[in-house]
Amino acid sequence: MNVSTPSPSTITPEPVYRRRREVLKLIGLGAAGLATGCSSQAAPSTPPPPTPASADALTIARRVDDAGGAAQTTLADATHYNNFYEFGTAKDDPAKHSGRFQPRPWSVEVGGLAQDTGRFTLEDILKGQVLEERVYRMRCVEAWSMVIPWVGFPLGNLIKRFKPLASAKYVAFTTVERPTQMPGQNTRVLDWPYREGLRLDEAMHPLTLLAVGMYGRTLPNQNGAPLRLVVPWKYGFKGIKSIVKIEFVERQPRTTWNVMAPDEYGFYANVNPAVDHPRWSQATERRIAGSGFNLFGNRIATLPFNGYAEQVAHLYAGMDLRRNF
Amino acid sequence: MVIFRDRIAATKPLVFALCLLPLAHLIWDVTQGTLGPDPVAQLEHRSGDWALRLLLATLALTPLRRLTGLHKLIRFRRMLGLFAFFYASVHLAIYLIVDLGGFWSQLLGEIVKRPYITVGFTAWLLLIPLALTSTQGMMRRLGRHWQSLHRLVYAIALLGVLHYYWLVKADHREPLLYLCVWLTLMLARVRWRSRAAGKPLRAAA
Repeated sequence: MNVSTPSPSTITPEPVYRRRREVLKLIGLGAAGLATGCSSQAAPSTPPPPTPASADALTIARRVDDAGGAAQTTLADATHYNNFYEFGTAKDDPAKHSGRFQPRPWSVEVGGLAQDTGRFTLEDILKGQVLEERVYRMRCVEAWSMVIPWVGFPLGNLIKRFKPLASAKYVAFTTVERPTQMPGQNTRVLDWPYREGLRLDEAMHPLTLLAVGMYGRTLPNQNGAPLRLVVPWKYGFKGIKSIVKIEFVERQPRTTWNVMAPDEYGFYANVNPAVDHPRWSQATERRIAGSGFNLFGNRIATLPFNGYAEQVAHLYAGMDLRRNF
Repeated sequence: MVIFRDRIAATKPLVFALCLLPLAHLIWDVTQGTLGPDPVAQLEHRSGDWALRLLLATLALTPLRRLTGLHKLIRFRRMLGLFAFFYASVHLAIYLIVDLGGFWSQLLGEIVKRPYITVGFTAWLLLIPLALTSTQGMMRRLGRHWQSLHRLVYAIALLGVLHYYWLVKADHREPLLYLCVWLTLMLARVRWRSRAAGKPLRAAA
């Protein structure tokens, strides 16, 4: 772990992207004004969509580079190229179609095998947590990857507050279901709401992050506002977004992709170059990072546990990782 | 001033230019750096899309000809077919050289191990003999066999659709749309064939 110093050319300076957003907002307002009366889509019944610029700057206590100094993905790429099927299945759908989503006010229902359960507001959840920046590699199961500076706190710190019972072996998470604000939920592409889960020891691991921000600001809607999971040694789909429910359970919970295609997406979903997806190789990945447009040299070797083996391999000692993929 | 034999001949350069547009668009986006965060994936998807579209367009000419009575449309078939092969080759070259560059040992395994790549690669291989025998001379030399050989194109198009279907994670709508187009074109042929069965043999195209 070393403090990150990405080369200045690799990131969009904040004033620049803020200014860009402001310009875009102005253009948006202008267009809406011009379109009055002739466009139904341009006339929002909800307040204007929050953009990364309207996101608040977060107070960050410390910054840790857990990506070995690798070049970071630009803010623009990380916020305009991702999977969040609730907003559509194309990589640019989340950025395009998440404008109506309202991440505030927010509350999370905590239930199951724990002493302190109930409904907690987001403010409640954040109370007493020290926010830190963690730069993690993010490896998608589709064999591309990014390097993203998340802002959050270890999930374990929150779990301790709820005092799970000895019988609790797993933690199950659920994403919010709001078809009116999440257009992708009107299709049957996945079985909504999205569900994910971790073994309790995985959830308690210090690398497991509950993120509320990225690039120093609150999470944009398209990246899982206001609260999402980041588990850097697992494939990206384990990082459930816009969490409304946390449940402590005794048995391995049913998780969305695992239920949909159990032979393709395991419950553990640890990044593993030796275990291929049945339809494609996981040995290498295309890295999306650095100063933008590179046609060549993007492909790199995928590392066991996404390069976090030293920290997490012991969690799976004695397990057959080919069977428990 | 008569430069072209007829209207079809006059239209051919225009169709040729149209077929080059997707390539021009790709090259433009490469030079401008406007292919998005994962440019290589974009190049692969777009070249693959056009290979499949042009292949289906080639298959659509015969039904279209019957439907409209514009029999001369058949004269565009070779050009469309060759452009389909061209985009399929560009697609493969991008995958091999740009995407897998430096990881070729992975590739050799991929072709055998990954059904979607096996199927896609097979489709490309099968297009080669069709492209090589697309000239007038080869048509004459092969005679009746030419048509049997070129019937392969139906299977190739289906392999192309399958290649697309198998690489998609969950949203199968687009590959299914291509499958529907393929099925429609096949059904049209089967219907005309069964209708024509009672009648005397039509002249070979």
